[in-house]
Amino acid sequence: MHGSILERPGRISGKRRGATLTGTAASAIRTSLRDRLFEYAERRLPALTRLKRVESLPIRLDRHRIYVLPTRFGLMLSLLLLVMLLGALNYNNNPALLLTCLFAAAAYQSVFAAFATLNRLEIAALRAEPCHAGGELEFSIHFHIATRPRHSLRLRATEAEIAFDLDRDGAATLRIPAPQRGWQRPGRLRLCSEYPFGLFEVWSWVNPEFAALVYPRLEENPPPLPRSGAQAYQLADRCSGDELAALREYQTGDPPRAIAWKASARRGELLVKEFETPHGQEIMLDFATLRGLPNEDRIARLAAWVCLAETARLPYALALPQTRIDAGLGAEHRHACLRALALAPGAAS
Amino acid sequence: MKSSPALTDLQFRLTAAAVFVAVLPHLLRLPWLISMPVLALIVLRWLQRRRSAKRLPAWIKLPLVLLFPVLIVFHYGNLFGREPGSALACAMLALKLLETDNRRDARAAICFSAFVLMSALLFDQGLWNTVLLCAALVILLAALRALESARTAWLPDLRSGAFALATALPLALCAFVLFPRLASPLWGAPNDTSARTGLGDRMAPGTMQELLIDDSPAFRVVFDDTPPPRDKLYWRGPVLWQFDGSAWTRPEWLASRPGDGDVRVRGARVGYEVTLEPSERHWLLALDVPLLAPQGAVRGADMSLVSRARVDDPTRYRMVSAPDYVLEPVLDPLHRRLALQLPPGFDPRSHALAQRWHDEFNGDPNRIIDAALDMIRGEFTYTLNAPLLGRDSVDDFLFDTKRGFCEHFSSAFTFLMRAAGIPARVVTGYQGGYFNRLGNYWVVRQSDAHAWSEVWLQGRGWVRVDPTAAVSPQRVQAGARAAAGASAPWYQADWLMAIRNRMDLVNRFWNDAIVQFNALRQQSLLTPFGVDKAEYPQLMLAMLVAGSLLLGLFAWWVMRAPKPAGDALDAAYARLCRKLARAGAARDPAEGPLTLAMRVAAAWPSQHDLQDLFAHYVGLRYAHALPDPERIQNFTRAVAALRLPAATQTARQSS
Repeated sequence: MHGSILERPGRISGKRRGATLTGTAASAIRTSLRDRLFEYAERRLPALTRLKRVESLPIRLDRHRIYVLPTRFGLMLSLLLLVMLLGALNYNNNPALLLTCLFAAAAYQSVFAAFATLNRLEIAALRAEPCHAGGELEFSIHFHIATRPRHSLRLRATEAEIAFDLDRDGAATLRIPAPQRGWQRPGRLRLCSEYPFGLFEVWSWVNPEFAALVYPRLEENPPPLPRSGAQAYQLADRCSGDELAALREYQTGDPPRAIAWKASARRGELLVKEFETPHGQEIMLDFATLRGLPNEDRIARLAAWVCLAETARLPYALALPQTRIDAGLGAEHRHACLRALALAPGAAS
Repeated sequence: MKSSPALTDLQFRLTAAAVFVAVLPHLLRLPWLISMPVLALIVLRWLQRRRSAKRLPAWIKLPLVLLFPVLIVFHYGNLFGREPGSALACAMLALKLLETDNRRDARAAICFSAFVLMSALLFDQGLWNTVLLCAALVILLAALRALESARTAWLPDLRSGAFALATALPLALCAFVLFPRLASPLWGAPNDTSARTGLGDRMAPGTMQELLIDDSPAFRVVFDDTPPPRDKLYWRGPVLWQFDGSAWTRPEWLASRPGDGDVRVRGARVGYEVTLEPSERHWLLALDVPLLAPQGAVRGADMSLVSRARVDDPTRYRMVSAPDYVLEPVLDPLHRRLALQLPPGFDPRSHALAQRWHDEFNGDPNRIIDAALDMIRGEFTYTLNAPLLGRDSVDDFLFDTKRGFCEHFSSAFTFLMRAAGIPARVVTGYQGGYFNRLGNYWVVRQSDAHAWSEVWLQGRGWVRVDPTAAVSPQRVQAGARAAAGASAPWYQADWLMAIRNRMDLVNRFWNDAIVQFNALRQQSLLTPFGVDKAEYPQLMLAMLVAGSLLLGLFAWWVMRAPKPAGDALDAAYARLCRKLARAGAARDPAEGPLTLAMRVAAAWPSQHDLQDLFAHYVGLRYAHALPDPERIQNFTRAVAALRLPAATQTARQSS
């Protein structure tokens, strides 16, 4: 709970924000102490670590993994009920006692409603679109509710929390900061609720087997795309080996070598062989050429170039020490390149 | 520390509603000096919040926090005790609403509302009051639920609150019945003398008027056998001896002398049980004339019953009375002196009249009484709207206004008797009552309050004379309301009273079962389970056991598996499979009906109906998209009728 970034719509005054910051600093120490205690407890009690293991989806919550404890408000209410009870008993006032009993019974039986909010809830699937390192991953977590609607659920990761209701099967979106390229898990999630009256908190830990891809960080203000004439020529030379994709009408400026003579003779007009990689405009993005930069900066630059080339609609190829990706364009190609960059050595596992 | 989230509009409104319903029962009771500002505070806060969600500045809140204690001290004189305490609680709750802007504050306000709601029951323990206040808990629960989510519909919250309260009822009743009561209070019981209406030990012209328009029940009576006739139903209360010219009072020193009056019973004794409503006085009522004193009470020399403890809770006692009696055949000299005492210098005309009668009839008491009753019968009118009387109240009444009700008549009659030399005294109490056929009991209301006279006659002792009966016979025959006629308040209309008297059964049950339930009665609660006198440990154990059972039942209900999806045909087929499994041929999860049928045929070669059943099922399930409901019913019945012997060895092996 401490130090978490709560996603709540604005309305935090400047004064409060200051208070929150100092609070975070203080709670950092407590958090680490708490973490250490938890680590110790988990070492000593292996049963606790059971829910730390990654589980394959779908995950169904049941009584073996749902925990309940009264909240602070629940304890306060108990105190008040005790006072009311003593008052009613002392004055031998039976109607007052009846009212107290009724209120107490309604309050304490809410523990079952709280339990029922999580019971038989199923986490069916997880999805997340890749993002760039330094951004936020949007995990959308799909729930299947077996029977009744579920209210006032909260889902918390280490650094984010969302509140949502489920009236039918649906998804909740959890935004988790993605600091490093590579695969990132949502981590152990705490699904909890204080429904219906805030007197009891029920929670369950889930650690779904899922990882989202985090693309490398993009270099800010990268140098222009590497396009030397020699490079262009060199690339154009290699085009003979490329596969013929289609024929199109001749346009001024097309290289004579590209004219499909036989086909042109048959049609009576000049046709040009079009290759998947138009000659002379292909860009080679090579890890090796960026000597002198640290590893991560190279990857950031290459990633930035990939995005630049994609927006400029210029075909590009990628060469990494372990991988080569031939020139191309389009969302899939871009994804392949960024994925290769994301998973280049040195990435987060 | 996480700051508490701000309230949405709906959340605030429900919280305000919770505060309002908690304060409402008090507002009706508190003096306007306090109730008006509290109400204004709630309304203004509601309006202010509608315009903006801004917090109120401290310079508004602080003076208000100081204002209310000042107002309360101004009105009550102090801050402590039941009345000022509840007023202060209401004011504080309204002030809490003023600063309620986030969830934590709202939760605190709602909790405190529950407390204030409960404190309203210290003032009125009636059935409807309790039911309404318990129903108000729905709003409190709805507000608590609304705090949990930012949705904007309030109806689901209300529904969920009502559901929570309804399902809590069994557990609440279990805890209520079995929670060990305190035999003696931990700290002092409330000692406020609120102005509850009821019989007093002082009777001046007009004191009873308030009582006669008050419809709340005074006590209820169950007779062992047939009750005495209606005109004998005189319920004896305080006996007043001293007259100071305006008011009749009871000598304190007489009350403290537990003299056992000399009663000779003629005819039958009547046994009955009285359940007295709390009166906050010491009087116990009994049918004229009581033969014993209930436990914890003494019977005075004048046959009035005085309880040692003040009647703050409904009290039940057994009584035996004698409707026909001779009371004090030999008059005690002290009593004679008291019964002839008159204040000097008051009511000269009445004195003269009595003197004239005394001379005229040679001091024959019977003829003097007849003369007085004749005079009253001839010229007087019974009405609740009696005119005001001056210094010589008896003279004014007898010779000028000639209009009044029981207290005027009994006062004037007793005065005349004393002036004529006949020992006489005023007896107050109740007369009549309403018989509730459904519940087989009598309810006597405050409006049945009555005052009559007793005169002492040689050889007959104290004899009851009711001058009111002389002027208005139906007062005694049909009750106070019939006698009051048009001067009765609207809510005492006959048809309304008939309904209310019938409804009184519910109130009586409430008083019996709930309000009067105490440590003593709780002890005998577990007698059916072999515990003669249930003490604290047994009660606690019983409560834990019963509570756990109820909670277990509720838990099972919450956690039960949802109904398997499928239609009636599926259910019937599942039943068939269960039967086969019991007989030793369980269906494999991957086995279809046809393969199962083949295996079953091998297991029970002679059971042809089994094969028919499978054919029937396959035909129903796979031949039509929507099978005929009648045929499904046939199939269901056939499955129910199926009897299977244990399967042969081959079926077991293959299963």
